[in-house]
Parts: sequence; C-alpha cells; structure tokens
Amino acid sequence: MAARRRKPRLGVWKFASCDGCQLTLLDCEDEFLAVAEALDIAYFPEATRAAVKGRYDLSLVEGSITTTHDAQRIQDIRRRSRALITIGACATSGGIQALRNFADVREYASIVYARPDYIHSLATSTPIADHVPVDFELRGCPINKRQLVEVISAFLAGRRPVTPAHSVCIECKLKGNVCVTVAHGTPCLGPVTHAGCGAICPSYDRGCYGCYGPMESPNAPALSAKLGELGMDQRDLTRIYRTFNAGSPAFRKESERNGP
Amino acid sequence: MVRKTIKVNYLARVEGEGAFKVVVRDGVVERAELSIFEPPRFFEAFLRGRAYSEAPDITARICGICPVAYQMSSIHAIEQALGVQVAGPLRDLRRLLYCGEWIESHTLHVYMLHAPDFLGYDGAIDMARDHADAVRRGLALKKAGNEILTLLGGREIHPINVRVGGFYRVPTRRELQPLAEKMKWARDAALETVRWVAGFDFPDYERDYELVALSHPDEYPFNEGRIISNRGLDITADAYHLHFEESHVERSTALHSRLRERGAYLVGPLARFSLNFSRLSPTAQQAAREAGLGPACANPYRSIIVRAVEVLYACDEALRIIDAYQPPDQPAVQIEPRAGVGCAATEAPRGLLYHRYRLEDDGSIAEARIVPPTSQNQASIEADLASFVGQWLDLPDDQLRHRCEQTVRNYDPCISCSTHFLRLELDRG
Repeated sequence: MAARRRKPRLGVWKFASCDGCQLTLLDCEDEFLAVAEALDIAYFPEATRAAVKGRYDLSLVEGSITTTHDAQRIQDIRRRSRALITIGACATSGGIQALRNFADVREYASIVYARPDYIHSLATSTPIADHVPVDFELRGCPINKRQLVEVISAFLAGRRPVTPAHSVCIECKLKGNVCVTVAHGTPCLGPVTHAGCGAICPSYDRGCYGCYGPMESPNAPALSAKLGELGMDQRDLTRIYRTFNAGSPAFRKESERNGP
Repeated sequence: MVRKTIKVNYLARVEGEGAFKVVVRDGVVERAELSIFEPPRFFEAFLRGRAYSEAPDITARICGICPVAYQMSSIHAIEQALGVQVAGPLRDLRRLLYCGEWIESHTLHVYMLHAPDFLGYDGAIDMARDHADAVRRGLALKKAGNEILTLLGGREIHPINVRVGGFYRVPTRRELQPLAEKMKWARDAALETVRWVAGFDFPDYERDYELVALSHPDEYPFNEGRIISNRGLDITADAYHLHFEESHVERSTALHSRLRERGAYLVGPLARFSLNFSRLSPTAQQAAREAGLGPACANPYRSIIVRAVEVLYACDEALRIIDAYQPPDQPAVQIEPRAGVGCAATEAPRGLLYHRYRLEDDGSIAEARIVPPTSQNQASIEADLASFVGQWLDLPDDQLRHRCEQTVRNYDPCISCSTHFLRLELDRG
C-alpha cells in the first residue's frame, strides 16, 4: 500500500484581539468539516484541546502585538511555520487597540485599572508584519468567511489568493447599489476602503465605516474634502479614520492631517 | 507535607487566553485560581472622546462571539442617557437579533466546546468521526442563528445595522419569511439537541449559588428587566454600582466582581433559567422537564442542557416575532445629543452585561464602564474548582486536569471580553 501523503498541518494563533476572526473559521458551517478533512488541525485551542507540537505548514495569525511576551512569541511561531498568513484588522494594522498609539498608554492603564502598575503593556499596538515576514494579509474587522475559504483553498493549491484590493465602491457597482453619498448625502468611506466585505453597509443604507482598512491606492484627502462638504468637521474626520484600522499608514496619515 | 499542583497553562475550547491553577496540600485544596493572560486593550479609555453613536460598533469589538450583547447594552445605556424610548417593532427586532446571537453562541458552546468533554473527545473534529450526524446538526443549527444575524445585522460577526435609536435599515415582512422557514427547522433541531445532551452523564454536584439575572414581567429576559437574585436582590441597572463592586483578591491581581457584603455570585444560563422558568415558552418548559430539569438548576454541569433549552426558546421567540412583525415607519427614532448618564444591563449568552456611560453636551463620551459576564463569574468558577477538586484527588493527573477544564468550561467563559478590564498574573508556581 502506498504511503498516504501527510496532510498539511494548520496552526491558529491568537494575539490581542476579540477572537472574531478565528471564530470565522468555525462560522464556515458548510465548509468546516471539509477543511478539517483537508488539513490536520494541529493547534487551534479555541476548537480543540489536542495540540501537536513542532512545525506547521500553515499558520493563521489573529491579533496584534501589544506585549513584549507576544513580540517574542510571534518570532517563535514564524520560525515554526512554512507559511504565515495574518487574518483581520488587528493582525494587519493593529486593530482598535492601536488607538493607544495616539495616546499615552500609562494614562489609558490608569483609567481602566485600579492598579496600573500591574499592567505590562507596550506603548503601541502593532501589526504582525512589523515583527516578522508575513506571506499574505487578509483584511477585515472581521474577515469575510468566503475570503477565508479562498485563502485556505489557495494555500492548498499552491497559488496566490484572489482578494481584490480595489475599493468598496466597485463592490457597490457590482451589487447594483445606489450610491449612498450621491443619492442621500450619507458620508461613506467606501471610496478609500479595501473591498472584501461585499459592500454591506451601503446595502443597509449606511455609509461604509472603513473596517477593511485602506484600499491599494486611496486618495483620502480628496474624500475628506467631500465629507467636509457633507457636514463633517475635523474632529469627525479624525474619528472616522481612527477606528479599527487606525494604525494603517493611509488612515493614520489622514487622521493626523485633520486633528491631533 | 504532600503538595500537588494541577496546572493547565492554556485552556482550550474557551474564547480567549486563560489558564488555571489548583494547589492541593495534604489532600486539602489550598487554593484555586483562574488566570487570564489575555493582553488588555483599554476599551473604557479610548471610548472617552468618541461620539455616542460610535459606541455600538466599537464595543462590539470587545468580543467576536457575542458582539450583539455589547451593541445592545451600549445602545440601551446611551438611549437612557439621551432620554430616548424605543418601542414596538424596533424593540422586537432587537429581540430577534439577540435570538440569533443566543442560537449561534450557545450552539457553538454546546456542540463544539462543551459536548466533547462529556463524550470524551479533544474537540468537535474528533467527535465528528463517531458522532457525525450530531456535529452536522450542530453546525446547521449554529448556521440558522447566524442567518438571523446576517439578515438583520448584515453579517454574523460585528453586525453593522445596529444604531442608537434603532437600525439603519429594517426588513420587510417578505424578507423575514425565509427566516421563519429556517426557524421551524431550527426549533426541531433544538429539541433534538435538548434530548441529546440530556442523555449525557452528569457529575452529581450542586452548589448554593447566589444567582443573578434580569427579570421582566412578560418575557424571558434579553434586553430589559430588573436585576434580581434568588437572595432578594431587586434593582434597576441604575443601582448596579451600589450593589456590586470590583475588588482585588488576595495573592492575585485580579479584579473580581462581587456583591457587596455577600461575595461571589453567578450569572448566565443557570441564573436566567432558575429565575425566569415560568416565562419560557411552553415548548421550552416541557423540553426542560423531559430533560430532567426542575424549575431551577444548581448543577453547573447541567448548564449544557439549560443552554440547549434556551436555544429552543430563542427559536420559538424568533418565530413569534417574525410572525407578528409589521415594519415600523422609520428605521430609527430621532436622537438629540445632550449631557447625561445612562446605565443598562442586557443578557449576553454568558450572562449579565452591564454598561454605563456619561455623555457631554455634544454627545461625546466622557466616561464608560463595562462589566462583562465572565468577570462576574470568575469568583464562582474558582469556588467551583476549589470545592470539586477534593472529590477527584484519586484520579490520575490527566483525568483530574480534564475534569477541572470541564468545570471551567461549564461557564462558557469569554476571556476576550473579561480582559479589557481584568488583569490576572499567571503564577507558574
């Protein structure tokens, strides 16, 4: 009998995050058992207490780096991973917790904790790619499950995942949505935001709030001028760029251009 | 002196990163500590200065498993601060959204996180080899809950359609109809789930908990109600801070939520069920009785049955709401920003979730306070461990460790949630 080819080993790792992106794997209800069939789920503590030590063919990494311990841990995971893919806004841009990058983390600790001296947190929240080489970044807060399945399928087939880097505007056009800004004067970050969600907010009569981060070549100053015409002041503009991808260079720069 | 330390350094099948340690000396449990080493993210700090309208989307990111709970507690607290009342179909749609989250979150826990403990597997993937039909049913039931979230909220995780005052867009009756068909199937699957888990073996163990949950005269609680307990507590959310306090625990840097002068208490399915049994739907009450539950339950291992009963209730309630639904004239009520303070508690799948906000004149957030269910249950989790372990000391280490893990998982602890304000040092002994 011919030796069976070893299934690729999957590791799912968590850093500072809400768990939502790794939950997306469990939310692939129709595909989950097929994924478990194609891959050896060797480390995924949210789903199983079995843990295989050693090397991983594919590591999916959720969360941002906010402690010195985590900064060391990601180095070890990188060394043991053939391919390392980051999933979600925390891992790809630092997440909502990167708002500390614009403030004093010691002051933050004193607001939340009775004994801030117990808190050992870095001054910044940074994406995984600031610490180790990353093979592919999947955007979104949270990631989209069809895109996650595409990323895993592409890995198994040895090709690049197809996740277009154009703006949410293209997704609205593909869906046939009426533009919420043009038709209703609703402020929308769609023109500068990375596609992937399927233009959910405009489909619900709401402006995009940028949870997939910047698209490949955003012209944020031009959008800010338009948002200003729609009644947003500088504080509003700073706030809207400073959410779940506040740490991404394009959104950080535009938020700083508009406010402290 | 014989000293034995049982440690699990990375607790599996919970949401977030946690560990526990139990120290036994001469056959007596010296202490039990649940440790949380999830890094803090400082939500209450960076909420300061944000617009009131941003709170639902920002606080949703505390937890990817129960984002609706955070959205609901934040909007109710802020609406109270702004003097806004949301009633009629908008209120019903909020309940419907919560039904979706309960079905999704409870089913995840019942099938994928907790059942493997009772049936002797490491996780649902191994379990699927011998119990494929059950795992498929669980995945399909979870998906049914997620379909409510997707239709009404826009997506399963961090829904985008919730706002202070209502929604951005409300569904038509016709758009809700396919959900009704799905919920009829889900109700049957939920009933099968109750029967399935009722057949598990349960350790014969009860503790005399102070149970705390919302209670509403007309409905099983999701969004509204008084905070009551089985020992006479009966308050509105405004009075929460007078009765509950966060304190440091000896040998630990953890903040535990406790009832002033009474100590540990328990929130979540056992508390809700025991305090609100009569408000469950008739089908859910009957299923609970057939599963061997009385009108109250104090065995934490049986929480898996209570979760299954609550899933059945949520399916019934979703069907009732969809059937009665008439779309409102407007997707949201008008909001005028003003200064004020508002508090609210809602029932997250894991238990009571309290939010409090102080707003400035322009509606900016001046102060925020959030107390998630897992930080409220921490003291009870530790007390369970401390009082159970003594009976199991004859077991081999790996079995003993597994029993302890299962005991923690009874609570479906969501460590990602509790950690934005908790810090426990991991004491490696």
